[in-house]
Amino acid sequence: MERKVIVDIKGVAKHYGAGEARVDALRNLDLQVHAGEVVALLGPSGSGKTTLLNIIGCIIAPSEGQVSLDGELVFDTRWLRNDLRRLRLDKIGFIFQAHNLLPFLNATDNVALVLQLAGKSRAQAQERALELLDYLEVGNRARAMPALLSGGEAQRVAIARALANTPRIILADEPTAALDSARAGIVMDLLRKLAAEQEACIIAVTHDEKILDRFDRLFHLRDGRLEDDR
Amino acid sequence: MNLAFRDVRHNLFRFVLTCLGLGLLMTVVLAMMGIYNGLVSDALNIVKAPQADIWVVEADTQGPFAEASKIPDDTRDAVARLHGVAEAGSITYQTIEAPFKGATLRLYAIGYERGRLGGPRAIVAGRGLEASHFELVVDAKAGMVLGDTIVLGRNRFSVVGLVKDTMNSGGDPAIFLTLADAQVLQTQLAPPAARVQAARGVAGASGATVAAVIARLDPNVDAQSVVQTVRQWKHLSALTQADQEDILIKSVVDKARKQIGLFLGILLTVSAVVIALIIYTMTMEKLKQIATLKLIGAPDRTIIGLIVQQSVALGVVGLGLGLVLILTVKDYFPRRVLLEPVNALVLTGIILAVCVLASGLGVRAALKVDPATALGG
Ligand SMILES: Nc1ncnc2c1ncn2[C@@H]1O[C@H](COP(=O)(O)OP(=O)(O)OP(=O)(O)O)[C@@H](O)[C@H]1O
Ligand SMILES: [Mg+2]
Repeated sequence: MERKVIVDIKGVAKHYGAGEARVDALRNLDLQVHAGEVVALLGPSGSGKTTLLNIIGCIIAPSEGQVSLDGELVFDTRWLRNDLRRLRLDKIGFIFQAHNLLPFLNATDNVALVLQLAGKSRAQAQERALELLDYLEVGNRARAMPALLSGGEAQRVAIARALANTPRIILADEPTAALDSARAGIVMDLLRKLAAEQEACIIAVTHDEKILDRFDRLFHLRDGRLEDDR
Repeated sequence: MNLAFRDVRHNLFRFVLTCLGLGLLMTVVLAMMGIYNGLVSDALNIVKAPQADIWVVEADTQGPFAEASKIPDDTRDAVARLHGVAEAGSITYQTIEAPFKGATLRLYAIGYERGRLGGPRAIVAGRGLEASHFELVVDAKAGMVLGDTIVLGRNRFSVVGLVKDTMNSGGDPAIFLTLADAQVLQTQLAPPAARVQAARGVAGASGATVAAVIARLDPNVDAQSVVQTVRQWKHLSALTQADQEDILIKSVVDKARKQIGLFLGILLTVSAVVIALIIYTMTMEKLKQIATLKLIGAPDRTIIGLIVQQSVALGVVGLGLGLVLILTVKDYFPRRVLLEPVNALVLTGIILAVCVLASGLGVRAALKVDPATALGG
């Protein structure tokens, strides 16, 4: 079965600065990720992992090349900052190394916030947030403030937030770095399940050897170039 | 959901503490405004008290409130005989110091002729002057009560009545005494050189002078025409009541207005800087959260709202606290603190503007934040 290509990157390059100080973070890079796929970005420090994630996440624009997300060509001249923001809200979910929950909102409201930003009513947002928390098995902590959640609970709330608007792309920077290996395994299994159920793709930057077997494909970055391993 | 409110609730203690600090600052600002109002109103009280229409004063002077004015005390008869004048009275003003119960009081002594213009207006306790000597009607702020006695010059006076809110622009409480007593006091308290001259009988140095003659006119008489008539007399000049009030505001109150205005300006600047600083640090602490908000797709409006709303809340709560505080403590101030609703309104406007401007710095920092910083790594 041919699965839909969700992230399609062609000839992307990114350089910072100019002249002597020019840094080529990414060079002529091609990458395709399909619906339901869970892939890892690996590579030494400075190899361009975060830069690539930022480009896919519509946070920075590439210097050269094309990026298509879910069939739409982004970063050509007609895209405005505000459209990119909207695209992030609707299509992309972010999971951070630290959970990055807003400390002044309880677990449910952290999730409900992105739903309300996307235009859901308060009641709808609350209902869906509770559903998601239940689904991620942290429903019992729905009213807790982030500071009172354990690392694993907080990360699951953060995943619930990333999933709230049923994104097609989930980007994760070191999603399991703050978790022990058992918890990390559980989170990875969860992400795999989500990818399959929601037809989303997951791209994660990781250094975590223990969870590499949970990925469909591993991409090694070196000096801004890609080597496909599996 | 309102993020500003949630964040405040989450950090309630710090917010309250900050508001309290700001509230104290606002209290001082309000006190300044109140003191200024009180000053103007008190100063005008003294001029308004005699309920006069014109003031006859020494030629080439601006009257007793702006500078020394000395005119012979028979001027009153001349003024009273003028066409259109209903009543006239001589009046003297001098600032004196007198020991009372171990402290030295500064008092503003007003001498007037009993039964004529110039006496105390509303007596709140006791009675007016009835004897021709050694009685006083005193402003309550002087700290004396009915029956108290005080030595002024070489004589002992007793307090027979109290008035309120009557003081000069320096805040010295007024005392009313008979013109005769006031003139005696003037010679007794005059510097030695002047006394020697008076003893020698040098002209113009005799005690029989007054500061001004005030007159009330018949209805329908034009004050300006009477003033013109008086101005033709040698050594005398005249002012209408409106002129006199104007002069007072200009000469005496203007200086205070400038001083207090300067203080107010400084205080408001300090408040603005403090608010800006607080908002700025509050924003800096939240940069990571703001980056996260941007990353998950929150519009700028949400982020600006978070900062500006908190800033305005800070200002409004601070101002509210300031108002409550000043209303509680205003009676303990040495000077009258007179607050009018318009002051609170104006200050609210200023503070709101300051808050919005001050949050500009924070907003700028917040909008510059790269959403990528939320990802870390
Ligand atoms: N904003 C920037 N300005 C200039 N150079 C940058 C900028 N961001 C990244 N770089 C450079 O681009 C290269 C790739 O950086 P990137 O952050 O993508 O690496 P990384 O693979 O994420 O590294 P790490 O594993 O340490 O997080 C590095 O040499 C880095 O110094
Ligand atoms: Mg990185």
